[in-house]
Amino acid sequence: MKWFLGHLDQVAQLMLNHVVLALIPLVVGLLLALPLGWLAKRYRGLYSPLIAGTGLLYTIPSLALFILMPLVLGTGILDPVNVVVALTVYTVALLVRTVADGLGSVPDEVVQAATAMGIGRIRRFWSVELPLAVPVIAAGLRVAAVSNVSIVSVAALLGIPQLGSLFTDGFARNFLDPIVVGILACMVLALAMDLAILLLSRAATPWLRTRVAA
Amino acid sequence: MKKHLAILAAAATALALTACSSGNPLASSAPASSAPASSGAALSIVVGSANFPESEILADIYAGALKAKGITVSTKLNIASRETYVPALKSGEIDLFPEYTGGFSKYLSADADTHDEASALASLKSLLPDTLTALEPSAAQDKDSITVTRATADKYSLKTIEDLAPVAGQFVLGGPPEWKNRALGVPGLKKTYGLIFKDFKALDVAGPLTVQALKNGQVQAANLFTTDPSIKANDFVSLEDTKQFFGAQNVIPVIQKTKATPEVTAALNAVSAKLTTDTLASMVTKVVIDKEDAATVAAEFLSTNGLG
Amino acid sequence: MNLLWTWLSDPESWQGSSGIPVRVAEHLAYSAATLFLAALVGIPLGLWIGHTGRGRVAVVNLVNGVRSVPTLGLLFAAVLVVGPLLGGDIAFLVPSIFVLVLLAIPPILAGAYAGVEGIDPGARDAARGMGMSSMEILFRVEVPCALPLIFSGLRSAALQVVATATLAASVSLGGLGRFLIDGQAYRDYGQMAGGALLVAVLAVLVDLVFAGVQRLAVSPGLSPIRSARRVRTRAQLAANPT
Repeated sequence: MKWFLGHLDQVAQLMLNHVVLALIPLVVGLLLALPLGWLAKRYRGLYSPLIAGTGLLYTIPSLALFILMPLVLGTGILDPVNVVVALTVYTVALLVRTVADGLGSVPDEVVQAATAMGIGRIRRFWSVELPLAVPVIAAGLRVAAVSNVSIVSVAALLGIPQLGSLFTDGFARNFLDPIVVGILACMVLALAMDLAILLLSRAATPWLRTRVAA
Repeated sequence: MKKHLAILAAAATALALTACSSGNPLASSAPASSAPASSGAALSIVVGSANFPESEILADIYAGALKAKGITVSTKLNIASRETYVPALKSGEIDLFPEYTGGFSKYLSADADTHDEASALASLKSLLPDTLTALEPSAAQDKDSITVTRATADKYSLKTIEDLAPVAGQFVLGGPPEWKNRALGVPGLKKTYGLIFKDFKALDVAGPLTVQALKNGQVQAANLFTTDPSIKANDFVSLEDTKQFFGAQNVIPVIQKTKATPEVTAALNAVSAKLTTDTLASMVTKVVIDKEDAATVAAEFLSTNGLG
Repeated sequence: MNLLWTWLSDPESWQGSSGIPVRVAEHLAYSAATLFLAALVGIPLGLWIGHTGRGRVAVVNLVNGVRSVPTLGLLFAAVLVVGPLLGGDIAFLVPSIFVLVLLAIPPILAGAYAGVEGIDPGARDAARGMGMSSMEILFRVEVPCALPLIFSGLRSAALQVVATATLAASVSLGGLGRFLIDGQAYRDYGQMAGGALLVAVLAVLVDLVFAGVQRLAVSPGLSPIRSARRVRTRAQLAANPT
């Protein structure tokens, strides 16, 4: 498309901003969801309230969260940190349940075998339970990644520069080209992140591969 | 298994690090700090714009003129409306903004006198907070308007805004969401012209939503900017503002006092000197109708006028 | 947060054509219309794909692909393209509902086809053995068995629709998103927070309603909680036969 070719570096810069805004919450959100999900799985009584609570966070509209962040964080109105924190909240909301279910899907016998081998609780979490939960967690992470890419674009309504800016700019000028380029770029980005997480999870679970080969 | 977790962790960290190390992409177009420089040595200016094309063009022009003088500039464009960016101006997050004498005055005080260029300028200068100052205004003006379709104007014999008084109760007024509460909006129209509309529809800032809503009959009267090429293109009629409600709206740079060095002031005043309503309108036409980039059109203006 | 309380307790917020009840009703109307249309397309299509087993790979990729489409961009594009072709109020309504429906179809589709796919083949076999025709199997065995997953798809779609319908306000439509956009426009934090709270509450209520309907509509033998409990009891019995 002609417009796209003429604006390659602009789109590239916006895409880079977009990646950062979508990726940081993904990583931070995962790190926060791990202990919370572990708590939810470990203490049955906490499961329902934690899941319900985080589920409620997810229903808060993204635009509202972006705008209300400065009140909570004390940041400037135009600070992209607002977007990052809001997206982290969404990511945690999505992943707590996934982590809890993932850890819950580890067969009891494996956990018992590990304990019988004398592996301590913490080491057991990192070397047995978490790796086995990777497929489930990775599936949730992929959903979170794709959904984050879409939500970041809403921040364009506040002037934060990323791929969504192509939407507001094109709309203000009654110009379809930037909007279409923006949509396609978002989709490419989302699918790239999806694929990357899939490959990483495959790399982290070689035992699944050998089973298929055998 | 530990090895694989380690791979995952390493990959995630690597990704995060590359993202962070790519020169803080969270800053806009040019890498610059947004904190005001205390000494004149490393002066950097953040230029903001509102969420309509003309504002973006003006911000790009200011930024380009300053860059041509070797000043570090970065832009924060498309920041919604005054309700959003004025706090950022006041707090120092933004340093420079292309404003309009009448509009900004009425925003700061609902009773500001803006009936002509001189009074609008005086009102603005007296109403600005202490940290901000306004430089030289330009001759270019872009006013709000109440616009109707040719058919509506003919049907109700509408020429001025006053003519709307008897029919306003049948009309839905369209405008940007902030108009509902603004002095230069629905309440002000009621106060000055006695207009009580059937309903107010929040559209966009005189953009395609507003134009379409007017064309489609969703609204019978709408707020469009006087430099908007869609008015002529659709044979709309802008009603005369006989009571000077919208007032004079000269384009004027509003800047932090601490950033208004002689160099900066000279560069911006030079821009204001060359800006006329016709040049402004033709630039907006290039961006909105011809789909050229605001940045390109701004650069053209600067080079044509020897300012960059 | 006292700003929020100020706005909520202000009687003016509840009156008039832009008051809370009107906006909630609009929001529900958009969501209901969207879910109805999306289900109209998604459920039959999902049932067919699950029943015949054809097009499964295409569906999975489609579902993932559509999830990656940015709602705001599609909304703007649809309004720019479709808006000028229509007159009056529906000029912005039609493209908005169209976009919302498009994005709501995948979860419903996935739920329906996963539901049919995951049916115990024994049940299907038994039905065929009883002499049921293909259509009879579909409606009298597969659909009832697939109901839990169909409902799960509907519920997640409902949540998504209620949250995304807020974006319709950015193209001048009504609904609870109006409080967000207008609140942002005039920096009325109370209104924005109020709008956000109302959307969250509405989403929870809609989910509860769906859960209630699911309880009533799904055959008790398929209820996952009860069957899990039954399994656990069996295992416990096997461990301690007393």
